[in-house]
Amino acid sequence: MKVTILQFPGTNCEYDTQHAFEKLGASTQILWHKAEEISSDTDLLVVAGGFSYGDYLRSGAIARFSPVMKAVSEYASKGGKVLGICNGFQVLTEAGLLPGALKRNESLHFISKHHHLKVQNNDNDFLKELNNGDVVNIPIAHHDGNYFIDEDGLKELKANKQILVTYCDENGNELNPNGSVASIAGVCNKEKNIFGLMPHPERAMETILGSDDGIKMLEGFLKA
Amino acid sequence: MKAIINISLKAGVLDSQGKAVHHALDSLHFNGIEDVRVGKQIVIKITHNDEVKAKEEVTQMCEDLLANTVIEDYEIELVK
Repeated sequence: MKVTILQFPGTNCEYDTQHAFEKLGASTQILWHKAEEISSDTDLLVVAGGFSYGDYLRSGAIARFSPVMKAVSEYASKGGKVLGICNGFQVLTEAGLLPGALKRNESLHFISKHHHLKVQNNDNDFLKELNNGDVVNIPIAHHDGNYFIDEDGLKELKANKQILVTYCDENGNELNPNGSVASIAGVCNKEKNIFGLMPHPERAMETILGSDDGIKMLEGFLKA
Repeated sequence: MKAIINISLKAGVLDSQGKAVHHALDSLHFNGIEDVRVGKQIVIKITHNDEVKAKEEVTQMCEDLLANTVIEDYEIELVK
């Protein structure tokens, strides 16, 4: 398995992501945003977290015009699997590859803590290693993680089973940290080959650091 | 010529900053405030003086980059 990880100016989770996927046996490549091609042996393309372009204007708004993003669109349009984590999720929504938008957290605070997530739909390549209703403990660290989509868009997400994970407490009861519509933490596109989420599974790889629930998620992405 | 672009969250999209400012103004005893919206302003200096062309160009800038039309509205004012 080959995982290609995008790096923009301001990305800061690319090495964590690399470490996590290599730990699971994948080979990895970090790809600078000036690249115009994505190597053809890529099995999974990750848009890593961080603060691309300093979050100027809006989180992800400027990164979407980086040269590599054209190649990302082409890769995805051919069915290539794309995963956006945190800022990566913001970049993918700004690029129109995923529906909705990420707003400032309702509390206006940057939130950095472990949070539980509930698997809502596992009938996709990304989460097929997990069961619907499973609860995983994964860190969140964001200022703009408040997912917004209008009512019609939300209906469509539900009908197509595009809501993959939602925020909850340890017992799986809805618990919304940031004001997201329907407590949404991650969505995929209609074709189910692009998945974006605000939480950081690559930061949940060691029990000694709070949780290793990220392993189950990342394994699923590898088999995607 | 200058283009002044005001960007704000769409009606119906909760403006948390506006709400926080509203609360702060209430606590300072400013009465009679119905609603507060916080937005941002972008000022662009343009080298030519063709209003029609400028409006077209700036609209395109807003659609492509300056605003996220999923959650934001924009207004353009041209000043000579």
